[in-house]
Amino acid sequence: MATQTTAPRSDLSKQDAIVVRFAGDSGDGMQLTGGQFTLSTALAGNDLATFPDFPAEIRAPQGTLFGVSAFQINFGSREVNTAGDAPDVLVAMNPAALKVNLGALKPGGLVIVDTGEFTKRNLDKAKYAVSPLEDDTLAPFDVLELDISALTIEAVKPFGLGNKDALRCKNMWTLGLALWMFDRPRGPLKDWLNAKFAKKPDIAAANIAALDAGHAYGETAELAGPLRQVHLDPVLSEPGLYRTITGAEAVSLGLVAGARLLRLPMFFGGYPITPASAILHHLARLKEFNVTTFQAEDEIAAICAAIGASYAGSLGVTSSSGPGIALKGEAMGLAIMTELPLVIVNSQRGGPSTGLPTKTEQSDLYQAVYGRNGDAPMPVIAACSPSDAFECAIEACKIAVDYMTPVMLLTDGYIANASEPWKVPDPDAFERAPAQFLEAKNGPDDTLLPFKRDAKGARPWIKPGTPGLMHRIGGIEKQVDTGHIDYAPDNHQAMTDARKNKIGQIAVPDQEVCLGETSGTLAVVGWGSTYGPIHQAVSRARAKGLSVSHIHVRHIWPLPANLGELLDQFDHVLMPEMNTGQFKTVIRDQFLIDATPLTKTSGQPFAIAEMEAAIVKYFDGEAGNEGGEVPVNDGQLPSPVGE
Amino acid sequence: MNAPTKIETTLKDWETDQEVRWCPGCGDYAILKAVQRTLPQLGCDPANTVFVSGIGCSSRFPYYIESYGFHTIHGRAPAVATGVKLANPDLDVWLVTGDGDGLSIGGNHMMHVLRRNVNMQIMLFNNEIYGLTKGQYSPTSRIGTSSPSTPAGSIDSPANPCAFALGAGARFVARGFDVSKNLPDVLKAAHAHQGAAFIEIFQNCIVYNKDVFNDFAAPKGADDRQLWLEHGEPMLFAGGAKGLAIDMETLDLKVVDVVDGDWEAAGVLRHNVTNRTIAHMLVELTFGPFPMPLGVIYDDPAPVFEQAVTAENRRLSEGKEPNLAALLAKGQTWTVEA
Ligand SMILES: Cc1ncc(C[n+]2csc(CCOP(=O)(O)OP(=O)(O)O)c2C)c(N)n1
Ligand code: SF4
Ligand SMILES: [Mg+2]
Repeated sequence: MATQTTAPRSDLSKQDAIVVRFAGDSGDGMQLTGGQFTLSTALAGNDLATFPDFPAEIRAPQGTLFGVSAFQINFGSREVNTAGDAPDVLVAMNPAALKVNLGALKPGGLVIVDTGEFTKRNLDKAKYAVSPLEDDTLAPFDVLELDISALTIEAVKPFGLGNKDALRCKNMWTLGLALWMFDRPRGPLKDWLNAKFAKKPDIAAANIAALDAGHAYGETAELAGPLRQVHLDPVLSEPGLYRTITGAEAVSLGLVAGARLLRLPMFFGGYPITPASAILHHLARLKEFNVTTFQAEDEIAAICAAIGASYAGSLGVTSSSGPGIALKGEAMGLAIMTELPLVIVNSQRGGPSTGLPTKTEQSDLYQAVYGRNGDAPMPVIAACSPSDAFECAIEACKIAVDYMTPVMLLTDGYIANASEPWKVPDPDAFERAPAQFLEAKNGPDDTLLPFKRDAKGARPWIKPGTPGLMHRIGGIEKQVDTGHIDYAPDNHQAMTDARKNKIGQIAVPDQEVCLGETSGTLAVVGWGSTYGPIHQAVSRARAKGLSVSHIHVRHIWPLPANLGELLDQFDHVLMPEMNTGQFKTVIRDQFLIDATPLTKTSGQPFAIAEMEAAIVKYFDGEAGNEGGEVPVNDGQLPSPVGE
Repeated sequence: MNAPTKIETTLKDWETDQEVRWCPGCGDYAILKAVQRTLPQLGCDPANTVFVSGIGCSSRFPYYIESYGFHTIHGRAPAVATGVKLANPDLDVWLVTGDGDGLSIGGNHMMHVLRRNVNMQIMLFNNEIYGLTKGQYSPTSRIGTSSPSTPAGSIDSPANPCAFALGAGARFVARGFDVSKNLPDVLKAAHAHQGAAFIEIFQNCIVYNKDVFNDFAAPKGADDRQLWLEHGEPMLFAGGAKGLAIDMETLDLKVVDVVDGDWEAAGVLRHNVTNRTIAHMLVELTFGPFPMPLGVIYDDPAPVFEQAVTAENRRLSEGKEPNLAALLAKGQTWTVEA
């Protein structure tokens, strides 16, 4: 029998942030449970970050290890930037969920198990020879053994549901207990259930009964076991209206806003791929914003249709993930050559090839910056969090149109799926700059010069259908100004320079330091979704008095003009990346700076502790132990096998 | 196609100042002239006309037409043109592609532009060779075609462009050849068709595949070897001495002799451009035992993709205010007080 102490070993009420992980079978509704718990957390005013982690399989066989689905949330009465390293509380709905997730649980943490699922059959599927409830597997932890299955069936009995439907309410029972534990009201969730099951009032009532029963259980069980109610005060955040947002939503909304600020219809071409599809799904529901979505036959067609739409006067947008971005390469070159606006969103995942479809990685940076034939410069912007993706998308649209160029916006699987509180922005706060189209001939003697450049180096945008401005464009090298086919050596030199200079001169804001001084011993330089762990780790290191600053780069290409100088003010530069050191190569190349890589390629985000350990090495007096690879940490988050 | 307002132009108005760079004697010249002659007859407006092409000798076409033109990348013209039409359905789009561009690297896009039925004219210049890359065999080359990449003759079985198009769901399929005087009529029928209109144009690559179509295209004896189809007219050739009829045993087409002009007695079929079954039989005919069917083989309009998309966008927008501030604040929200 597992140890069951009377008093909890770790007192959560002393913590200013708590990490909870819900884990169960794919069919147990863990993502929904996590999502609703997130909402209640947000409504309680805590800061939060989440990490949904689900199997690549659509319907993995029940009870299996690779069918485990988990949702982790980190919430606190202080600023929270990551989904948390190790959970304080693990809810395991079956043996497989326990097996996959237990390694991650903090020593002394609380594990809540549904004993009703610990049958011989399920134990076999989870490859447990002996039930972990009966040996000392759980000895290092506080354990709450509950027959949630039976308790749920009991709670929903009055509604006359069949066994299968009754068990479907298990996640609500669990959620009820969790809401009690963290002192959350049930009202908003009940409203949500009533709305969701408006057409099936008895299902709504059964779910609510399960929720109430779970909550009541907490109240009555408090004194007896390791369970204590914990209250976290709301964070003091900027006043205003808030909601939660995932990165995929933020990108979609940012694209809509970006196109509207430019007064352009948006054309979105996509082809399904994890984790990019969510953007296509969101935009498909926003037709009233002058958005056309097109599910193409492949990624090449998706980008080519977007290019065709841009040519015809819409803002062309396409989105994919690594393998699809690879397919789009040639067409990006066409957009660069014909100088048409285009936004390409890359939601990165583990690679190469199919790689890790549902896992996160930042390994497409080379592909974004360098991955095309010819000298094909293209701006690259990287979002650092779900909410940041909104502004990044707006900026990508604006650069594309201002400079008549394709722009790549990098996010990743973590940003796409994770959610966080977002202060709802006022659209009027963004610059409204309607796109300009050429309406009359622009050359001397009544001639048209489709490639005549403005002060920014951009050519005019000419819509087919405009009287008198007929002209031809294409991927073959074009003559300066006229755009006629021209293979002459000096012309190719001139056009190569013009394309390079145009991108090089893009007005990118100066790089700021997001935490710490503008000079010192160590600068930790990141980009993209490593923001959270770097920020927390730097903040912890600074609390210990170490001279560390956090610099986070949004403009990957072109780089901020002051970045080289800024980095020169530090003795050391550490560059954590979820790849083998790609941005490090760019920084070394551009600034001849001895940047040290810190890499992690296990498909999981950095843990704060891993980052902190790497920072501390700069101050431990031991030479030569800085940087390197973060060892694989299996316990951190479950890693179901994918296709 | 779309013809909002017909305007007056001459052949000259459709010529650009660019030097045409095809090999002397290339069939592309004749097709260019046929198109430039047809456009004024259709009342097309150069400002509203867009020629989109892929890569190949044939795909250089847009540079020589005084309209809007987009010379894209190899095989992808159908996708680019689809984007153009979705962004502005009022544009009159002509797609120019080759047998390699349209059926090899771009075969997938070709299938989907036809299946979706995007309203445009698709001219596939079939010279049964890769011209621009100096003469390798193509997916339409006949077995045994010797080329730099198949010095001992090609061994793979060729694709049949019109059969491919019909199979992909095309609602308009026609055939012509470069120097045929009937080509403008075929182009006009394609332009009149609402939806994707697929035209296979046999084109003589004088350098790498000279005269491969002479067996039916040569003027001498052409009448015996070409079957020009016309809606409502009997399928006659050889000066009316022969025709196509249904063989009731095999349920396939057969050649029958027509005695004293009595084609009805001979059982000769009247061409009906909306008959998809017969269209399938016509595109599959083996040249030799049969004449080469030319002209409009199939023409039966169906709903047009970009119109359906526009209607759907309108339907889904109905009664919805495009309020960005409200969109951003959607879902469950909370307020942090000052
Ligand atoms: C991605 C890519 N692959 C290969 C080529 C080389 N290429 C150019 S045209 C062509 C074949 C053209 O054949 P076809 O479409 O029949 O046109 P034709 O020249 O015969 O008119 C090839 C293979 C290319 N331009 N791009
Ligand atoms: S290579 Fe053949 S198809 Fe190309 S221009 Fe010359 S003759 Fe025409
Ligand atoms: Mg060819």
